[in-house]
Amino acid sequence: MGKEFFILMKPELGLMLIIFLLLILKIWDGIKEKTTLLSIVNIVLLLNFVAGFFFNKEGTLFSGMYQTNDILVLEKSILSFGTLLISLIAWDWLKKHEHMLEFYILLLTTLLGMNFMISAGNFMMLYLGLELATIPLAALCNFDLEKLKSSEAALKMILSSAFASCILLFGISMLYGTTGTLIFSELPAHLDGGMLQMLAFIFVFIGFAFKLSVVPFHFWTADVYEGSPVAVTSYLSVISKGAIVFVFISTLINLFSTLGATWYHLLVISIVMTITAGNLFAMRQDNIKRFLAFSSITQVGYILLGLTNGTDAGSASAIYFLVVYIFSNLAAFGVVSMVSEQTGKENISDFNGFYKNNKVAGWVMALALFSLAGIPPTAGFFGKMFLVTAGAAKGNYLLLAFASLNMVVSLYYYLRVVKAIFINANENPIEKVQSSFPVKIALGICMLGVIATGFYSGIYDYIVSVIK
Amino acid sequence: MNLTLLILIPLLTAIVILTCKSLQSVRWVAFIGSMIQLGLSGMLLYAYNTERALGNTAQMLFSERHSWYAALNIEYYIGVDGISIAMILLTAFVVAAGVLISWKMEMLSKEFFFLLMLLSVGAYGFFISLDLFTMFFFLEVAVIPKFLLIGIWGSGKKEYSAMKLALMLMGGSALVLIGILGVYYNTNDGAGNHTFDILKISQQHIPISLQLYFFPVLFTGFGVFTAMFPFHTWAPDGHSSAPTAASMFLAGISMKLGGYGCLRVAMYLMPEGAHHYSWAIILVATIAIIYGAFATLMQKDLKYINAYSSVSHCGFVLLGIGMMTQTAIVGAVMQMVSHGLMTALFFGAIGMMYERTHTRQVAQLGGLLKVMPFIGVVFVIAGLCSLGLPGLSGFAAEMTVFVGSWQNPGMWHRLATILACASIVVTAVYILRAAGASVMGPIKDEHFRALKDANWNEKLASVLLLVAILAIGMAPFWLIDLVGPDSQIIMDHLTNAGGL
Repeated sequence: MGKEFFILMKPELGLMLIIFLLLILKIWDGIKEKTTLLSIVNIVLLLNFVAGFFFNKEGTLFSGMYQTNDILVLEKSILSFGTLLISLIAWDWLKKHEHMLEFYILLLTTLLGMNFMISAGNFMMLYLGLELATIPLAALCNFDLEKLKSSEAALKMILSSAFASCILLFGISMLYGTTGTLIFSELPAHLDGGMLQMLAFIFVFIGFAFKLSVVPFHFWTADVYEGSPVAVTSYLSVISKGAIVFVFISTLINLFSTLGATWYHLLVISIVMTITAGNLFAMRQDNIKRFLAFSSITQVGYILLGLTNGTDAGSASAIYFLVVYIFSNLAAFGVVSMVSEQTGKENISDFNGFYKNNKVAGWVMALALFSLAGIPPTAGFFGKMFLVTAGAAKGNYLLLAFASLNMVVSLYYYLRVVKAIFINANENPIEKVQSSFPVKIALGICMLGVIATGFYSGIYDYIVSVIK
Repeated sequence: MNLTLLILIPLLTAIVILTCKSLQSVRWVAFIGSMIQLGLSGMLLYAYNTERALGNTAQMLFSERHSWYAALNIEYYIGVDGISIAMILLTAFVVAAGVLISWKMEMLSKEFFFLLMLLSVGAYGFFISLDLFTMFFFLEVAVIPKFLLIGIWGSGKKEYSAMKLALMLMGGSALVLIGILGVYYNTNDGAGNHTFDILKISQQHIPISLQLYFFPVLFTGFGVFTAMFPFHTWAPDGHSSAPTAASMFLAGISMKLGGYGCLRVAMYLMPEGAHHYSWAIILVATIAIIYGAFATLMQKDLKYINAYSSVSHCGFVLLGIGMMTQTAIVGAVMQMVSHGLMTALFFGAIGMMYERTHTRQVAQLGGLLKVMPFIGVVFVIAGLCSLGLPGLSGFAAEMTVFVGSWQNPGMWHRLATILACASIVVTAVYILRAAGASVMGPIKDEHFRALKDANWNEKLASVLLLVAILAIGMAPFWLIDLVGPDSQIIMDHLTNAGGL
């Protein structure tokens, strides 16, 4: 232990430090100016993100309970980067919120849980991390304190999460019963593909599928997304999903590779259902948050498509896609939160004629949507292409055809929003929305990411190099 | 000659347009940008011919390659042969004419010209790419501009048309994607990796059983872009709702991406598949030619007339490709260039007339030749080119296709050729009828008397296209010499593959 401990657990320790700092700030109550507090928090978050790039080492702690390596550190950095962006986008909302510090304390606690989950070397640790990540999230969903829908969202979130955790735990217990171990490094050797093990695997898979809102375990998603504050919705759709995908990559895919055939078929079935249902429902939504909820369900289907590859190429494409997804989805949520913050409007039809008074915001939204749809020159094109390419490697061309043709369907509903913004006429369109400087910076970073991540191959190359 | 300039110049133009403050500067930047493109493509033609005259026999000239996504073996790999140069020249002419025709575009002009330039970036990039992934990237770049150009500046049922066009073309791209990945995973670059490199793939043998699956997928995918029957329905709606310049771009350039893709990617990479399915290509092409011609007969709106006749004319491209003789392939390429120029001119003339009279209905027009002689004459020339009058490009191109098709001795091939030839009569009927009713005869509406003839910019646009049409029509040999050798390469490839 000793020095080793501090270096290996740096991301978690850093987050804990920040949480304690915020607690002290809260109790001390010395800084009254909200903007100062927000600036302090964001600067600390930035430092935390930057610190993720230095002094990284590979190793395990607590007799294999905790493990870390370059790829895990990269995953954590991606999550903390996304959290920073969300925090900047939420600036205007938080400025007015009386429980601003509690918001950050809860938010960072979930992030801490996700970090533990990613670094877990044992199923118990994984479960603990998952719970640490989930319970504060439910509280966050309720953060629009005066809105009934927000409480409803929180309730739905906590109930469905509890249910998912039960299933996961059941799966883990069966896993323990059949193999006698929960340690990741020992598990694969004990997996023989017996009936009970298959069942255990399916339960574990379903547990995660719930959190990822893979169809048919997606029913909580739309309601929770709609009711929660925009900042929390974007956190749910980007960071929380990202974390589970990372867990898929670093544990499920590696651990259960001996059950290759089963999880491949399970994955394929999930993909087909997820993409189909996500697409069909997204078409019919009018609330833009519900719309983005269903679109994110579809995106998860594509991420799973990349994972069917089962090798490093698949994992690399999924991680790369998540980076791109953070940029594009947060840009879309950024515009939605600006509009909802100032006008309270959250329907797609409210966006009719949006471009008239909001040139820049209109383009930001359009580019973000094109990126989500996978249209070049945005980075989303590259993200989707790599996922589809990775998914086709096994020679399952029917699946490839399914995925490519469904991109056409999803283009339809993304274009619907673009059409509302640019084409549909409106007598009194939304006035020019104002936003403070940090929000502009965040959206600027997102746009830079949406445009440049694709052309600049460095990010993908880095992910590939780390994963090897 | 640095080919990347062909992408950079329109891209730079687009970026500069975004920074412009006034309408005047937007116009001039777009104009200067398109003129530079025209100059570049001329220089490219000259440099290419010089290189060839010096005895450079490489298949692709001026090629340049940089590794892009090394892990997947994706490269930025560009180069040109005669066929691509013909397409680049076409693009440059249509872009220049399109910019000039839209001189009066005042509503959101900055966005309009920006999107036009983005569209041309896609076209140039597509024609010079030698890497399937990069090529696909450029093919899809055009989705955003196409949708927005029709949706924002269009007329009539523009929202429906924009959505239909975007989705159908995206469907085409999806098929192309399946085909490309199918090809990719069955290649080997020698070092054990898969490759997207077109030239390398062409030297390999993709298993015939897979070609039978992927050839139709890939060909249909590109076929959607070139309005192949029965996937042509986006074309009439899209073309007629689009603003003039966008119609010119769509029919003049975008549809040619499909034809070029069919030839360069589908046929060239999967020759056995091409042999196997050539009957289907010919069948579909013949249906498109005849159906397109008869459908045009029924149209009353000038833009619909030209749009349906485009379906018919693009059928000649596919017919030439499907016949698989060297002459027919040369004819197909010539038809692409010729149709691109002719249809752009036609849409330009219709746009000019519509802008003044505010109607496109043949029945409401009449006698325009008297009040605006220049536009009237341009309209008639475009029509005559469409029906294949000797001396204009349409004749040279269609004649080559027919001669090439006849060289294929199969009975059904002959029958298809005869049917396709016969369609020219129908073409003559609808063109002469439209021209006669809309620009000749008595002036139907007294308001027409006050209308003005073309401006300098419209004249310049028309003259540019007319010069190109005449250059092909009067002296087709330079074009045949340009594309002939490279068509021979594709043809040899097909012959070596032989039947199944």
